[in-house]
Amino acid sequence: MTTTTEARTYKAKDFSQPNANDWCAGCGDFGIINAMHQACAKLGLDPSSVVTVGGIGCSGKAPYYMGTYGVHTLHGRPLPFATGIKLANPDLTVMVASGDGDTLGIGAGHFVGIGRRNVDLTAIMFDNEVYGLTKGQAAPTLAMGMQTKGLAVPTSQMKINPLMMAYTCGFTWIGRGYSYNIKQLVQLMMDAIQHKGLAFLDVLQPCPTYNNLHTKDWYAGKDQEEVRPRVQPLPEDFDPSITADSSEDDVLDHARSFMYESHRWGTEIPTGVFLNNTGLNSFTERIRERVKSYAEQTPSNKVIADANGMSNVDLTSMFDELAVN
Amino acid sequence: MAAESPNGNGSGHVQDLAWRVGGPQGSGVDTAALIFQRACGIAGLHLFGRREYSSNIMGRHSYYDVRASEMPRASHRDAVDLLTTFEAETLSRHLMALGEGSGVIYRTDDADVELHKITYLDGRYADDLAAYLAERGLPATTGGQLEDAKNRGVRLFKVNIDEIVAQLAEAMGVPPAIAGRARNTLAVAVSTALLDFSRDYVKAAVAKTWPGRQKIIDLNVEAIEQTYNYVDANYDRSDFAISLHGCDSTEKRMIVNGNQAVALGKIAGGIGFQSYYPISPATDESFFLEAHEEYPVTDGGQSNVIMVQTEDEISAVTMAAGAALTGARASTSTSGPGFALMCEAIGWAAINEVPLVITDWQRGAPSTGMPTRSEQGDLRIAATGSHGDFPSIVVASGDVFEAFYDAAECFNYAERYQGIVIHVLDKALSSSSRTVPYLDTDQIGIDRGLIAEPRGEHDEGAFNRFAVTESGVSPRTLLGQQGNAHWCTGCEHTPQGRVTEDPVVREDQIEKRHRKMELALSELSLDEKVKIYGDRDAELTFLSWGSNKGAIIECLDILEAEGIPARFLHVRLIKPFPVDEMTELLSAASPLVIVEANFSGQYAELLRTYTGIAPDHLVLKYNGRPISAEEIHRTVREIRQGDAPARIVLRNPYQ
Ligand SMILES: Cc1ncc(C[n+]2csc(CCOP(=O)(O)OP(=O)(O)O)c2C)c(N)n1
Ligand code: SF4
Ligand SMILES: [Mg+2]
Repeated sequence: MTTTTEARTYKAKDFSQPNANDWCAGCGDFGIINAMHQACAKLGLDPSSVVTVGGIGCSGKAPYYMGTYGVHTLHGRPLPFATGIKLANPDLTVMVASGDGDTLGIGAGHFVGIGRRNVDLTAIMFDNEVYGLTKGQAAPTLAMGMQTKGLAVPTSQMKINPLMMAYTCGFTWIGRGYSYNIKQLVQLMMDAIQHKGLAFLDVLQPCPTYNNLHTKDWYAGKDQEEVRPRVQPLPEDFDPSITADSSEDDVLDHARSFMYESHRWGTEIPTGVFLNNTGLNSFTERIRERVKSYAEQTPSNKVIADANGMSNVDLTSMFDELAVN
Repeated sequence: MAAESPNGNGSGHVQDLAWRVGGPQGSGVDTAALIFQRACGIAGLHLFGRREYSSNIMGRHSYYDVRASEMPRASHRDAVDLLTTFEAETLSRHLMALGEGSGVIYRTDDADVELHKITYLDGRYADDLAAYLAERGLPATTGGQLEDAKNRGVRLFKVNIDEIVAQLAEAMGVPPAIAGRARNTLAVAVSTALLDFSRDYVKAAVAKTWPGRQKIIDLNVEAIEQTYNYVDANYDRSDFAISLHGCDSTEKRMIVNGNQAVALGKIAGGIGFQSYYPISPATDESFFLEAHEEYPVTDGGQSNVIMVQTEDEISAVTMAAGAALTGARASTSTSGPGFALMCEAIGWAAINEVPLVITDWQRGAPSTGMPTRSEQGDLRIAATGSHGDFPSIVVASGDVFEAFYDAAECFNYAERYQGIVIHVLDKALSSSSRTVPYLDTDQIGIDRGLIAEPRGEHDEGAFNRFAVTESGVSPRTLLGQQGNAHWCTGCEHTPQGRVTEDPVVREDQIEKRHRKMELALSELSLDEKVKIYGDRDAELTFLSWGSNKGAIIECLDILEAEGIPARFLHVRLIKPFPVDEMTELLSAASPLVIVEANFSGQYAELLRTYTGIAPDHLVLKYNGRPISAEEIHRTVREIRQGDAPARIVLRNPYQ
C-alpha cells in the first residue's frame, strides 16, 4: 500500500541520507540504493510513512542510506520484524533490504513463513552470492563447486534458486533485476511496492571485493567470445500475470514458463517480472475480513484508555463465558 | 509415603473437600472435572482446580484435583478425600494419596490387576509399589493396594458401572451404547451421591454444560437419578464421614485458570498484537486471545487484538517487536524452549528501547524437559535473557489475580521504561483454575510513557530517538509519525540511531539505558516489588515467588492455628533487583526459608548475588509437581525440631 501526500512531493534526494557510506568502492549495492530512492520519489511516497527494514550484512545497512524510518534488525530476521510493523500499522509502506545469506540462509524459515501470509510488503534481496560482511564465505546462492576468492576450498553445497523458492513459498509478486540496470530496477521496485501483497525482488549485485567470479564484467558477458550482456530482459511473450480469474491451465502454463525462465543461468540471465499474482488477498485483507474493527482500530492507533486514563475494555461478556454460577 | 489423614470434613468443620478424578487422556477426565466444578460453583462453594497431564494426546494418565471449600483456597491438597477412578492405572497411582477416613471409587474390573501389566504405569513406580506391598505381605496387584488402603482406614467403594449404565438404558429406552455416553456425568454422580451432595446442583451443572441440547441434558439428568438410586441401594454411608453441602453465596463468580487470567489481563491492558508459536503450557493463553480477537470497549465500539501464529519463536518475538515499534502494545507468549530461541531478539529490543512484553510459562527443563509438568527453572535465563548488559524488568505472578493485573501492568512498565518486560509464570498456574469474583478492570490504569510529538516537516534531520536524558527515558517516536524519521539498530548507536563505536557515545547510551532501572526502582511501590503476608514481626520467614504462593499462605494459616508466628515474603519484582528493600526486610529473618520449585534455588542465587544474604534453609522441589501446604508444613516441623539440613528436597515417589 502506498501513501501519497497532497501537500508536497518528495524528490529522490529526500529519500537519501548524508550518512557516510560503508560500502566498498564499486559495490553493486550503490545501484540498488539509488533505485530505491528513485522508486520512492516516483511513487510520490512520504518518507515519514516509509519504513526500510534491513537485515545484517553489507546489504542490511541500506536503511542508513534512506531518509525514511530505518530499522536495522537482526541477521535473518528482517521479514518477521517487517511483518509486525506492517500488520500493526497497515498505512506504512514497508521495504526490506537483506542479503542472500540473511534471506535464504539464516532467515530461510521466515522466508517460507511470510510467503504463506502474503503480507503486503516488498522484500529486496541483495544477491551477491557471498557473505560480504563476514569476508566472503559462500552464500546459499553460490553454485556448488565454485570457489570465490574468500573461500579456502570450493563450496560443496548446492545453490538455491531464489525465484523458485519464492514461488514455492507463496510470494505473489516475483522479479529479478540487476544493480547496474538502474532504469529497469526502478520500475521493478515501483511495481513491487505497488503490488498489493508480498513481493520478492532478487537483485543481482556484483561484490567486487569477494566475488571475483561473477563480476560486473561477467554479467556484461565480457568473458564470452561474442561479448553480449548475460543480463537480458525476459522474452517479450512471457506473461507474468495471474489473476483471480486465471484458469487452472493458465496457472500451469505460467508455472511451466516461470520454472523455465527462472532456471536459465548461463549465457543469458533473464530479468523482469516473473510473477504478478493479483488473485490472492493480502494478510491485512484476510484479517479485515474476519476482524471488522481492524479497518479503523489497528494495533498502532487504537484507543486503549478512557478519558480518566483507565482501561476502556469491557470484559463482561468474557467473564460471563467463564461464569460458574 | 502414604498421605497423612485428610482434613476431616464432617459436620461442624468448615467445609474443605479434596476430590480427585483420573483416567487416560482423551477419556473425559476434563469433562467430569468440569461438571463437578460447576456443580460445586453453583452450590456457592469456592474452587481450586489443578490439572495434571502428560505430553501425549490419547491414552496416557491424566488427573484433575478439585478442592471445594467454603473459604477460598489457592492450592491443591496432597491428601485426597475422595478418589474417583475408571481404570486400574488411576487406581494404582493415586491410592497412596488417600489416608484414614477418605474414600475411593473403583470399578469391579479394576479390583485385581497386576501392577506390572498396567501399560503406562512407569516401571519404577510399579517396582516401588510392589516393594512397599511386599513389606506388608501383600501381592503386587491393585487388589493388594486396595487391601493396604483398607488397612490404612480408607473406605472402598466398588462400583459396577455397567449395571448403572444398563439401568439408565432401560429407564431411557435407549441402547446401552447410547446410555454409556453419560459415563462422565455418572462418574461425578457416584462421587456426589457418596458425599451426600444435593443432586440438584449436579443437574444444574449438566444443564450449563450442554446449553440448549435437551436430549443430552435429559440423558445426563436421568444418569444422575439412576446413580443416586444405585448409591442409596448399595452403600451404607453411615461410617463415611466426608460430605459436601452447598453454602449460601450470591456472589457472581467465574472460574479462571492462569492462561485465561493472563489473556484477560492483556486485553484489559490494551494489547494490540500478539504473535506466538505453539508450546505447552503457553498455548492456551494465545488460544484464548484468538477466540476473543474482537471485543467491546466501554464507549460502545469494538476493539481487537491481532494474533499471528508464526513459524517459530524467533519470528514471534521479532514480529512483536516490529509491531511495538509502531506504537502497538505487543507481546508474545512462550515457554522455556521458545524463550531460549528469543534471547538474541531480547537484546535487540532492549538496546532499541522497544516496549515489549514476553510471557514465559515455565515448565520442566532443561531442553524439552517435562513439557507438561511444572517447574520454576527459567528464572535465571529470564533475569539474564540475552548477551551483554541491558536493562529489563522481570515480574513473577503467584495466582490468577496477580496474573491478570500483572499482565496488564507489564504493558505499562514496558512503555514507561521503554524496554523488555518478562512476565514469568509456570505450568502449575497455567492449568490450575480458581473461582474468583468478576475481576475489576476499573482498577487498571493505562500509562503510555513518554511519546514524542510529530515534528511535521521532514527536513529537520533524523529525530533524536535515543536522546541522552537524566532519567534515561527519551521521548519515544512511533514508526510513521510525521517528520520523526530516525533509525533503530541492534548496534550501539547515536541518539539518532546511527551505528557508532565511539567510546563516549557508547558510555552515554549504555549508562542512559541502565538509568531507567534506577528510575523504575525509585518509582515502583513496595507492594509492586514484594508482598508481605502473615505476622510482619515474625522471625520465621518464608521467601518465595510465583505459584508457590497459595501453598505457603495456606501453611501460614495452619501455623497460626498452632500458635507459631511466621511471615511470608512473596517476591514480584525479580529484576531490577530491589536491593534496599530486600536487605531491610530480611535483616531480622531467622530462620530464612526460601522455597522454590527448581533444583538450584535460582532466586536464592540472585538474592545472594545482590544482597549477600543466604537462606538458612533452601526448600526445593523439582519432580515436576507443585508444592503443597502439607509439604511446607512438614518442613517447618523439621526445621523447628532442629534436625533439618540447609538444603531440603521435597520428594514424593507416588505423585
Ligand atoms: C546470529 C548471527 N550470526 C552470524 C552473524 C555474522 N554475520 C554478519 S553478516 C553475515 C552474512 C551476511 O551475508 P549476506 O546476508 O549475504 O549479506 P551481504 O553482506 O552479502 O550483503 C553474517 C554471517 C550475525 N551478525 N548474527
Ligand atoms: S564486501 Fe562486497 S557486498 Fe560488501 S560492501 Fe564490499 S563490495 Fe559490497
Ligand atoms: Mg550476500
